[in-house]
Amino acid sequence: METTDNVTMCQYYSIEAGNFTLAGEAAGQIKNNLKQLGIDAALVKKVAIASYEAEMNLVIHSNGGRLIFKINPKVITIIAQDDGPGIKDIELAMKEGYSTAPDTARELGFGAGMGLPNMKRCADRFVIRSEEGKGTEVELSFNLS
Amino acid sequence: MIVEQIVKELSLKVLTGRDHLKREISSVYCGDLLSRVMAKSSKSSLWITIQTHVNIVAVATLLEMACIMIPEDIAVDEKTLAKAEEEHVVILSSPLSAYTLSGRLYSFGIFSE
Ligand SMILES: Nc1ncnc2c1ncn2[C@@H]1O[C@H](COP(=O)(O)OP(=O)(O)O)[C@@H](O)[C@H]1O
Ligand SMILES: [Mg+2]
Repeated sequence: METTDNVTMCQYYSIEAGNFTLAGEAAGQIKNNLKQLGIDAALVKKVAIASYEAEMNLVIHSNGGRLIFKINPKVITIIAQDDGPGIKDIELAMKEGYSTAPDTARELGFGAGMGLPNMKRCADRFVIRSEEGKGTEVELSFNLS
Repeated sequence: MIVEQIVKELSLKVLTGRDHLKREISSVYCGDLLSRVMAKSSKSSLWITIQTHVNIVAVATLLEMACIMIPEDIAVDEKTLAKAEEEHVVILSSPLSAYTLSGRLYSFGIFSE
């Protein structure tokens, strides 16, 4: 993670588990921030997609967590952290099409099993750490230069 | 083509975003799995979906779509309509199926990416 010295902006969004009505708000605000900062449209789109997928995973799969957005002149960083339940088999979770989303989420169009692969594809750097019973952290970086 | 022309040609109902019908449509995407739509659709697209939950507004806003098209007269949640108005998202509705709507749009010369 970069040092905090040159962070030009840092924002923190608390994400509630199971709240599908508010889902996507944090990603929307992150996107608006980037547009206001004049970031290139193609990059804004990538960050928006990845943030949305990260936010939705907190809503659907976690007990609640937070989405952190940071930007400095070199890199945009998105961090999704939660307080459990954690992922047992990360390799399996990364497989396109694999999903443990409940029927209630699937009925709304979630659970394609493409969220983590979408994040990885959009970001320049993708790191996922998880411990069963503890929680999950996904860190995404997007190069600005 | 702009949204307004399609509304006319296909006799669509405009459920939300009446003031934003001059948007240009660059492509069409049809699908109901949101992650797939996020990955495959793009800016200024027309999105045909049977999903009517409020989250379709978030998807359309994040991707800056031209409009959402709901087939088969499927009822759209009140919450979705309110949110769409707030976010300037155009939602259109038709009694026709997704298949028929896609066919008509294709015949207008609007293709997918
Ligand atoms: N924050 C999380 N906490 C627990 N499990 C998770 C989390 N994020 C992802 N997963 C697991 O990884 C799987 C794949 O995630 P993803 O690729 O986003 O697909 P989807 O969300 O459609 O299921 C999920 O179904 C879930 O089992
Ligand atoms: Mg997901």
